[in-house]
Amino acid sequence: MVNFEPKIVAFCCDQSGYPAADMAGGLELNFPGNVEFVRVPCAGRIETLYLLKALERGADGVLIFACYEENCQFLRGNLRAKSRLSYAHRLLEKIGLEKERIEICHLATNCGPKLAETLHRKSEQLKKLGPNPAKI
Amino acid sequence: MIKAEQKPLEEILLYLKSYDRILLSGCGACVTVCQAGGEKEVGLLASALRMARMKMGTPLEALEATPARQCEPEFAAELSETVEKVEAVLSVACGVGVQTLARHFPKTPVFPGVNTTFLGETVTHGVWEERCQACGNCILERTGGVCPVARCAKQLFNGPCGGSSKGKCEIKREADCAWQLIYDRLNGLGQLYRMEEIIPARRWGVESRDSGLRRIVREDLKV
Ligand code: SF4
Ligand code: SF4
Repeated sequence: MVNFEPKIVAFCCDQSGYPAADMAGGLELNFPGNVEFVRVPCAGRIETLYLLKALERGADGVLIFACYEENCQFLRGNLRAKSRLSYAHRLLEKIGLEKERIEICHLATNCGPKLAETLHRKSEQLKKLGPNPAKI
Repeated sequence: MIKAEQKPLEEILLYLKSYDRILLSGCGACVTVCQAGGEKEVGLLASALRMARMKMGTPLEALEATPARQCEPEFAAELSETVEKVEAVLSVACGVGVQTLARHFPKTPVFPGVNTTFLGETVTHGVWEERCQACGNCILERTGGVCPVARCAKQLFNGPCGGSSKGKCEIKREADCAWQLIYDRLNGLGQLYRMEEIIPARRWGVESRDSGLRRIVREDLKV
């Protein structure tokens, strides 16, 4: 797939992922071409349904940028996100999709470069996997 | 409340194999509480089914609805217009709700999306456990509020079997022995003398499901 630019939906926790994306922007780090950032007050706000809906409605991959474990302002939000992710992975297997399409990345506010690198790595990985065959 | 678990996706996909347009109907009562068939689960399952079918190359249109209680004819009636537009219904309500829809819509196939498992209690978030088998003649007043019908593997009525060990059941080691629970509870209440009262044999053939379909009729409530 020569011109395939994977669509990535990046859910960003307001306490880590979002400020990190802001920092990456400030540092003028470049992002892959087709990323949609979704700001959430805490990774714990991300329902399993959001992860699936993103793929159903056209994303090729989904990233969750959440705080480091034991660093959640709301105590367990990032752990909840992690268990919902593993539930989503089980669903993806049954649907017949690669579970690598959804991933969590733990970081802090000052991790702009890590966020940009993760997005690039994801984009490369999705290029190899090819477009999401289940999108509606 | 009634507890249920979603059926495996592959099994549901098999039921729906020959349909392209379905209604996925949840229920706002028991199955919402045990997170098997509420509005959220309807959304999640509908999304998973659409994607699985898209991947298989046979797209599925799945409409979504979650009536307040699927086991009441009035709420089933609310679905009439939507049911007209589909070829089949997948219900993630308990078995009662599935049957209410089946009775209400004689021309539309209705499939179960969950396995109705037991009448149970929320032990903690995400954990549910069986508590009652709707035996038709409750004896909780004699057993300190712990049910030996639902919670003793052998449904013993007069004290534990010989396999009760360290508070656990010999049939299921991870489960508490019901009679240990009964003993502890009566002990706490200062009512251990109750252990000596013989609970008479039950008339299973009259009170329980063994007698065939059970029915409750309240003449004063009929319209
Ligand atoms: S004794 Fe019968 S009605 Fe009472 S809790 Fe046990 S199964 Fe249910
Ligand atoms: S160990 Fe306890 S719960 Fe298990 S069968 Fe015996 S009496 Fe019943």
